[in-house]
Order: sequence, then C-alpha cells, then structure tokens
Amino acid sequence: MTETTQTETPDLSTARSQWQDVWQQFKSHRGALIGGLFFLIILFGVVVGPWIYWNNATFVPTGRDFIKLRDMRPIYHGLWDPSAKVNWAYPLGTDNLGRDMLARLMFGGRVSLAVGMTAMILALVLGTFIGVIAGYFKRLDGLLMRLCDLFLALPLLPMILVAAVLFRESLSLSIGPEAGVFVLIVCLIGITSWMPTARIVRGDVLAVKEREFILAARSIGTKSGKIINRHILPNVLSPIMVSATLGIATAIITESALSFLGFGFPPDFPTWGRLLNDSVDRMTLYPERVIWPGVMISLSVLSVNYLGDGLRDALDPRIRGR
Amino acid sequence: MLTFTIRRLIVAVPTLLFISLVIFMLLELAPSDPMAQVPLTVPAEVREKMRIALGLGEPTHIRFWKWLVQFFWVEPQVLIDHIFGTSFSDGKLRVLSWQTRSPVMDVVVQRIPQTLTVVGTAYVVAILIALPIGIYSAYRQYSWFDQLGTFVSMVGFSVPPFFSGVLVIVIFSVQLGWFPSIYDTTLKVTDWDSFVKQLQQMVMPVMVLALQITAQLSRFMRASMLDNLNQDYVRTARAKGLGEYVVVMAHVLRNSMIPVVTVIALGIPSIFGGAIITEQVFKVNGIGQLLITAIEANDLPMVQTLTFIFAVLIVLFNLIADVLYGVLDPRIRYD
Amino acid sequence: MTFKSLLLGAVASAALAPSAFAERGADGQVNLIYWQAPSIMNPFLSGGTKDTEASSLVLEPLARYDASGAIVPWLASEVPTVDNGGISEDLTTITWKITPGLKWSDGSAVTSADVKFTYDYCTDPEGGCAQLSKFDGVASVDTPDDLTVVITFEGPTPAPYGPFVGVESPIIQKAQFENCTGAKAPECTEANFNPIGTGPFVVEEFKPNDVITLTANDMYRDPAKPAFGRVLLKGGGDATAAGRAVMETGEYDYAWNLQLAPDVIAQMEAGGKGKAVAGFGPLLERIMLNNTNPDPALGPDERSVVRPHPFLSDPAVYKAMSMAIDRELLVEIGYGKAGKVTCSWVPAPEVYAISPEGCDVQDIAGANAMLDAAGIVDTDGDGVREKDGVPLSMLYQTSTNAVRQDFQALIKQWWSEIGIETELRNVNGSVFFGGDPGSPDTFQKFYADVEMYANTFNGTDPQAYFGKGVCAQAPSPDNQWQGENIARFCDEEFETVYAELKNTIEMSKRIELGQQLNTIIFEKGGMIPLVHRGRLSGVSNTLGGVDLNVWDTELWNIADWYRIK
Repeated sequence: MTETTQTETPDLSTARSQWQDVWQQFKSHRGALIGGLFFLIILFGVVVGPWIYWNNATFVPTGRDFIKLRDMRPIYHGLWDPSAKVNWAYPLGTDNLGRDMLARLMFGGRVSLAVGMTAMILALVLGTFIGVIAGYFKRLDGLLMRLCDLFLALPLLPMILVAAVLFRESLSLSIGPEAGVFVLIVCLIGITSWMPTARIVRGDVLAVKEREFILAARSIGTKSGKIINRHILPNVLSPIMVSATLGIATAIITESALSFLGFGFPPDFPTWGRLLNDSVDRMTLYPERVIWPGVMISLSVLSVNYLGDGLRDALDPRIRGR
Repeated sequence: MLTFTIRRLIVAVPTLLFISLVIFMLLELAPSDPMAQVPLTVPAEVREKMRIALGLGEPTHIRFWKWLVQFFWVEPQVLIDHIFGTSFSDGKLRVLSWQTRSPVMDVVVQRIPQTLTVVGTAYVVAILIALPIGIYSAYRQYSWFDQLGTFVSMVGFSVPPFFSGVLVIVIFSVQLGWFPSIYDTTLKVTDWDSFVKQLQQMVMPVMVLALQITAQLSRFMRASMLDNLNQDYVRTARAKGLGEYVVVMAHVLRNSMIPVVTVIALGIPSIFGGAIITEQVFKVNGIGQLLITAIEANDLPMVQTLTFIFAVLIVLFNLIADVLYGVLDPRIRYD
Repeated sequence: MTFKSLLLGAVASAALAPSAFAERGADGQVNLIYWQAPSIMNPFLSGGTKDTEASSLVLEPLARYDASGAIVPWLASEVPTVDNGGISEDLTTITWKITPGLKWSDGSAVTSADVKFTYDYCTDPEGGCAQLSKFDGVASVDTPDDLTVVITFEGPTPAPYGPFVGVESPIIQKAQFENCTGAKAPECTEANFNPIGTGPFVVEEFKPNDVITLTANDMYRDPAKPAFGRVLLKGGGDATAAGRAVMETGEYDYAWNLQLAPDVIAQMEAGGKGKAVAGFGPLLERIMLNNTNPDPALGPDERSVVRPHPFLSDPAVYKAMSMAIDRELLVEIGYGKAGKVTCSWVPAPEVYAISPEGCDVQDIAGANAMLDAAGIVDTDGDGVREKDGVPLSMLYQTSTNAVRQDFQALIKQWWSEIGIETELRNVNGSVFFGGDPGSPDTFQKFYADVEMYANTFNGTDPQAYFGKGVCAQAPSPDNQWQGENIARFCDEEFETVYAELKNTIEMSKRIELGQQLNTIIFEKGGMIPLVHRGRLSGVSNTLGGVDLNVWDTELWNIADWYRIK
C-alpha cells in the first residue's frame, strides 16, 4: 500500500520511468481504482469522521434521556416501519445503552483498520523475510522452518495471557494504556500469523530459485541480495498479496476475539469486531447492528483485495507489456 | 528424497521435545488458574489443598518430567495393552486431566470421531469447490465469474464464524426449522433414518467452515494460476498445438500447486485440531471445544497433550508438503 | 411419613398433574442443556456448579433446601432440631436418622457406614476435596447403628446443617469408592463418571465436557417416579444458544442459568416454545471499594496493602458514588426479572437485608452537593474533582461479560457527571477469578480502585460470609493474596459485632447483628451493592413440575418433572 503513494508522484523529467509504467498499468485496472477509491473513502470516514460528526462514540445518555435515546433505529428504517423510533440526529440509530452507532462505527473503524493494517504488515514482512531466507539459503532452511513449526503449534490464548502479564503494565506506563494495548495486540497478532506466509513464500522460492533466469543471474556474479530483490521477490509477489488481503480480515477478527475474551482494548473502546460480536445476540431484533460492522469489515477487505490485484498486475512486467 | 525424509524424521524428535518444553513453560507462565471455575463460596484454604492434590505443589521441572514419562512411556503401553490385550500399563499413572480427573487420551479418542466427520468433511468439500473456482477464475480473469468468485470468497472470509454460524442457525433452525441447532454427539448411524439425521445436523457446521476454507484456498489457487498462465512455457505448449484443457490442467495446474499444497498441508492438522468457534456455535464438542474448555479451566495436562499432538501433526504434514514440492517440481532438490 | 407429605406437596404444586400418578419412565426423554459442560460426576473432586448439579441427578444428601430455602429431609427421615432432640442442648452434636429401606441403584442398602465413609473420603488430607469446608468444625462422625449418624462438632454450632446437607455434600457409596480415597481419588475414573447413587437416575454414558445420558433408577424409592425414563444432559456452547434451543427451536426442555440481557430473553420468549423462570438466592453484584492504595508506584509488596486509599476513604466520595448510580436502570438493562434493586450485602434471606433510605433512586445533584460540601471540588478546571490535590481518577475493573461491560459504561458516565474520572478494564474470568498469586489481574490482588463482581454463600446462614469483612482476612503478600476480605475493609465496630454474632445462638439476635453488619459495611465504605441477582433458567412449555431452586441444585425435584401433554 505504501507503493501506491509513491507512484502518485512520478518523476516527470524522464519520459517513461519504471514507476510511471507501473502507475499507467495500475490506472488501467478498473477494480484496483474502485477498490482504492473505496479504501480512501473508508479511511477518510474513520479518520476525519469523528472530528466532524456531532455525536460522541462513548457518550451514554443519563436520566430520562436514557430511555428515550436507547435502541434507536437507523433513519432508513422509517421507510417501511413508520412507527419505528428514529431521529435524524442519529442516522444509524443507537445501541442498547443509547450510544450513537455511526459514531461508534467510525471510531471503531480507526482501531480496526489500524490494527488490521499494522498487524498484517508486520506478519507479512516477517513472513516474507523468513520465507525468502529459508527458501533461498539452504543452511537456514531447517532451523527457520522448525521455528515456524514451533510457532504454529503454540496455542494463542495462553500466549496472550503470558504476554499480557509480562508487558501490559510496563507498556501502559510508558506509552499510555490504549497505545500500550495497541502495540501489544498488533505484535501478538503479527507474531502469531506470519507462519503461513513464510511457508507459502518458502515453497514458491524453492521452485523459483531453480529456474534458468536465477541460474543466469548467478552465473554472471549477481549477489544474493540482488537476486532476491530483483528476481525472486517479484516472482513470489502474488501469494504475498493474497496473504495480505486475507491477513487484514484475520487480524480484525482476531482483535475482536481478543476483546471478547478480555485481553483487548478497554471495554468502552469500540472496534468493528467487537461491535459485531456484541450485537450477535440481538441479531433478529436489530439487524442493522450486525450488518453495518460486518459490511465495513467486508468492504475494507474487498477493497484491499482489489488494490492488491491491481498492484500485482502493475508490478508484473509481463502483464504490463500487454 | 528417501534420505531427506529419514533425516527430517530424525530431526523431528528433538524438535518436538523442544516444542513440548516451550509449550509447557508457556502454560506455566500463564496467569490463569485451575481454581478459576470453582465458585467463590469455596474458601481459599480448600482451594490451596485442591491445587496441591492436582500436583501443583511440585517444582516445574519434576512436573514436566512426569508428563514426559506419562506421555511417551505409559500412554504407548496403554495403547499396546488395548490392541494386544496385554497388561504392561497396569498400575502406572497415565496423563490425567485436571477437570475430569480421567485419562486425557480417553477423552481425546472420544472426541476424534465428531471432529473428523465435521471438520474433515468441511475440508473435503472446500477443496472440491475451491480448486475448480480458483482455476476457472484465473483462466477467465476479470470475467463476471471471477468477479463474483472474488466477491463471495472475500465476503465469506471476512465474516467471522461467530456471526455466520448464528446467522445460519437463525435462518435454518429458528425460522425454517430444517436443521437442528445443536449437534447430537450421541447419534449413531445405523440405518437410513439416522444417516439422514446425521446429514441434517452436519449441514450447517460444514457449510460455515467450508465457506472459510474455500475462500482462502480459491484465492491462493487463482493467484498462483495467474502467475503461471503468463509464463513462456504456456505459450510454448499452446504453440505446439496442445488443447486448452491439457495446457491448463496438465501444465499450468501442476506448476501452480505449490502454494496450494502448502495451504492444504497447514490446514490438515487443523482438521484434527478442530474448529474452535464453529464447534462452540453448533455444540459439536470436538477437539476444538475440548481445547478451548481446557484452556479456560486451565487444565494444563489436557492443553499440553492436545497442543503436543497438534505439534506432531504440524511437523508431519509440513514434511509431507516438502516431499510433495519435490514431486510437483522435480527441480526442487533438498540434498 | 415424610415422603408421603412430600409427594402430596408435589401433587398440590403441580395442580393435580396427570403424570404424578403415572408409572416410572412413562414420559420418555427429557433434554437438558447446560452451556457449561459437566466434566465429572463426583462433586467432591470438582467445586464447579455445573458438576455438582449434574451429579445431583444421581447422588443425594441427607437433607436439602427446597425452593423457598427451607430445609427438607431427603435421605433422612426428618430434619434434626433441638426440639425433636436431634440436636443436643449444648449444640455440639447432631443426630441424623436415615429413612429405612433405601437402596443404592445396585440394589444394596444405604447405611450409616456410607455416610461416615463420605466424611472420611472428603476429609482425607491428600484428597483435595472441593467440599472440605462443609465439614469445618466436625470433630467426628459416629455410627451407633446402621441407620443412625451422629456428628460431633468441636464446639457449639448454632448452624449445624453443613455436613451432608445440600447439593455440595451428598452421600457416596462406600463399596464403590472404598479404594479411591486420598491420592487415589482421581484415578477411579469409572466411579467418578458413573457413581452409584440413590437419586432418580443412573448414568448410562458419561462423555466428559460433552453429554451425559441417564436412565431411570429401578431402585428409586418412589415406584411411580421419575416420570421420565431418560435424561439427556448436553453441555457446551453459550447461554444464548442454550436459551434459543429451549425457547425458540424447542429442541431442549430445560436450559440452565441463562445470563442474558432482558431484551434478549424477551425476544427468545417471543419464540413461543418456552419461558424463562427466575429465582433469588443471596447472589449480589457489587462494586468493591479498595480501602488500600493501589498506586503502581508503590511496588508489589505495598501496592493494595498499605492504607489508606488517597480519596476512597472519604465517606463523601463513596457515598456520592453510590448516590450517582441508578440501580433500577441497571436492573432493567442487565437482569430484568432476574434482578432486584438492593443496598444490602446479604440481600437474602430477606430477614438479614437492610434497605438504606434513598438507595433505590439516583441523585446526581445530591451527590454533587455532598462532594462540594466536603470540600472536594474541581480546582484546575479539567472537569475532575480533586481531594487534597489528588484528582478523583479511578481504575474500574471487572471480569469479561457483556452485562458487566454495559454496567461499566453506564456507571462511568454517571460518575463523570459528579466529577469522577474512570478508566475501564475488563479481565478474562479465568484470570480474574483464578487467584494465581503471580498474576496482577486477579480480583484478590485488586490492583485497581474499584472492581465489580458477584458473590454469594451456600445455604441460608450468612455467618461465614460476614466473616469476609474481618480485617485479618485482607489479602496481602503474607497470605499469598488468598484472604477473602477483598475490599481490605477494616473497622473495629464490625469486628466486635461479628465476634458477638459468632457466639450468639438465639435466632432473632443473630438477625439483628446480621443487619448491623450489613449496615456497617455499606455506611463505612466496604462496597457499593448494585443488584440482587437471581438465577434465570429456560423451561419448555411442555415441561411440568419445574420449581426453580437457587438454594440447592436446580434439578432438585427432577423426579417430579413430567411432560405436559
């Protein structure tokens, strides 16, 4: 995702640089453009939304207001059910404690997207690095893959408990309770989900490095680092991209499971996963409370997926030529 | 390849011992306590006595050694006794669960059938659906079929089972009344009627699980096929007049299988590991539910044994995947 | 005959139910769902409610509590009292008579030797018996003849109904468990899973943490009972799914302990296949106030040990905090018909309960005025009051549970309106209630300013429960944080009244002292009682005879359950 921002400032002095080609190809990918647009809208909504929106995500009305303002339906609900409790000040209604749903959705999106993206990038970088190293350098293969087996075997829940005991207190003292939890969760999800990526990348690298062009590169004395960067990585990019899109969804959902178990953010801190989780019990009464967070998670994942598709096509010189 | 396999199997032994040690230490460090589910009405002194009766009074290294002996020495004897009717294990202490006070392996054996039927079926169904979808989506990239496949699989993957599971229960059990919402583990398939019943109770958990697995597998299949469809050897194959079917199914597919094999190999241990959330939602009570309840109750012998069995399977199937790489792509050599 | 009267009582309560006269097993199978799955059928090896309830289908005590909390004879022919000579005048011995002719499900006779064996089994020092506290203060158990059991206490015991009374201390068969005492207790898997009992059912197959199938006991004392020939007890899942299976899909007949929000329950009841029934014991949801200083800077040996708390020791603060809470709303949001407003530490039995004035109404203005009057005002304009320069900023922790998190959000808001800032934290239940001295997150360590949980006591005598307010019981590193005075409450008046209670026998005086203790802990800042919680269970419309019992097992009268046709 960082590459896309780089491509937006093409070097104009040369007629057609490599990045310009990439951008040209990327632009012609309709899915990628729509996905990117959606992603930007979501990002804008969750980052800027809470600033301009008039309701606070954690405000609970008290006194007589409480009964009046709780369990409000979304305004569109009035279309088929005129007796429904709706109010234009609460476009998506309120939850069972009278907290504004739209505000919670926007605020929750910040956390979910931040956790999802950072944890995914962490897992991806770690997984790709270990996968490439293990696949390319035979001597490290055994050790790294046994490490991978070890991490695959470790049960997540006790690990979180241990991490919480060891680090939560010190982290929250040094960078504040919320930031501390954020770092803890991101690191935990990151270091417990790099293994599939590592194994997949390693498998591909094992096959790619036996191809003729690697042999050619090596025979003209190209250094290992350069071979990996220029020849191997571009050829294993597509499974990495798939891992990335799947990784975001997994991270967002894992975060919700963590909060559900009591290891995540403070309980008044909404995230998409938790909103979804909390509302499952009232699914038939208030379907909007599960639909909106669900739609937001799906939309984000879908848009990242299309972005990834476009990016992969754009970075593949064979497709770019066509 | 044979020497490679043998060498890996030998290396696996110290690896697994190390993994078991790490798991043990992790569980030791974890702050949860086996007395958590005992009501607060039980006084602290009694709790302390119960802890000591569980063996928690002994030092860590002795408990680890005991577990090793029980798992690697006594349990195999029990198995031999069971098969040959001998009595090697008489009077020896087996790995006992703290929750049930019964041998852990007995409970595991009791749970395996339902996990294998439900999760295993879901896996087979998912593979059967995902591979054709992935292949066709890649072959007709950006066709409506591909777009639909992408949409469904990504939505399917991003909807967590604690939501999709409850959704199908509300639709098919509560509203329509087609399927039972609770899996009956006492049902024995003896005739056609009980077989139909078994199918009915399997439909929903299998559906929810298969959706997740299909989404994942078909994405990797599609991406890998796309990589290979543009390779020169495909052009060569077409140029020499091979039919499209042969080109795609024989040449491209075989070369695209490496990531897919990895994903499947990573997934098979989880068939035995069960699916924690889906099993909880449908009350399948398989290995996944066993593990999560054991973790919640801090039943260390149970968690330790289950995760260790899981680790053995992971090591084994990753080895199988490595061997398969060599079969799929003979250029990959390990010596 | 007591059984006759019991039977008549059941008939009367069931409004002349047809099946009360039916033969054993005529009503087929009853399906129960426990969202926490039972893992063992021996209540002495597991203190978990799920396990003691499941085993109550098979194992029975000498006497138990009925749905109203009164003691009724069960395997004994009558309840011993001082009046009928069963309890000695000096209150040191109690004599139980076992009903003649009772049989174990294997056909052998129930004798006093079995009762004595049960005592020996549980008090074995190596056994780790979960119900050991039931036998606290017992000096010996003697068996003068086959049907008589004499329990001698170490001193005068005003409430001698601990041993062999209630779901936690049933009688096990000597013949079956003889070789399973002490360290060998856990090895007897067969006996622990399939205990021979006197109850209405016999285990057919026990799958730990999954499902139990039971069949009617051929040797059960009443030849016409139970009406059901089979019981299927399924475990696992969550409370929502259990409620749904009973009230919406009708697959199951009885769902145990549905801790769900009232609107969720109401929606399930709208399914039309069943309803939720509630019963009240002494369970109290409360906020504990930390009487010590939980400041992290104090280090592990002084944190939550040294007194006083920087601001919670001020009566104006905790009284204002209590006044700012709208208990009626909490009940409505969280428990519905399974909750009642209360300000009493011991809300049941009702005679002990107190109802301080103004407890049931929220008074934010009054709370603000009280804080202003005490000179605790916001001096730096950040919306948070300060006491002697320390801002009223608190950490509020509880276990992970949807209702508790809703409560946290509401109370945080109310407290913010009286100028108290709150940081919320939820901790996984297995850690919070685990009591591991190595974990900083247990409720005993109380590394927070306030914390919320629920607690109760067994039976109807609250004496031991009041003992949790004694200063010496405060958790600290010296007792490995195992003390039971979670609030670290320390008050001389409380100690004196409690000492008096321990030596008082006369009932009316005990009640008066109990009310005093209740008042002291509320007025002097031990806790903020929130909600008197009941137990809610789901019952199918086709299941008759259910009489929800919170003092004992919910399945106490399953022999009287029948199918409504």
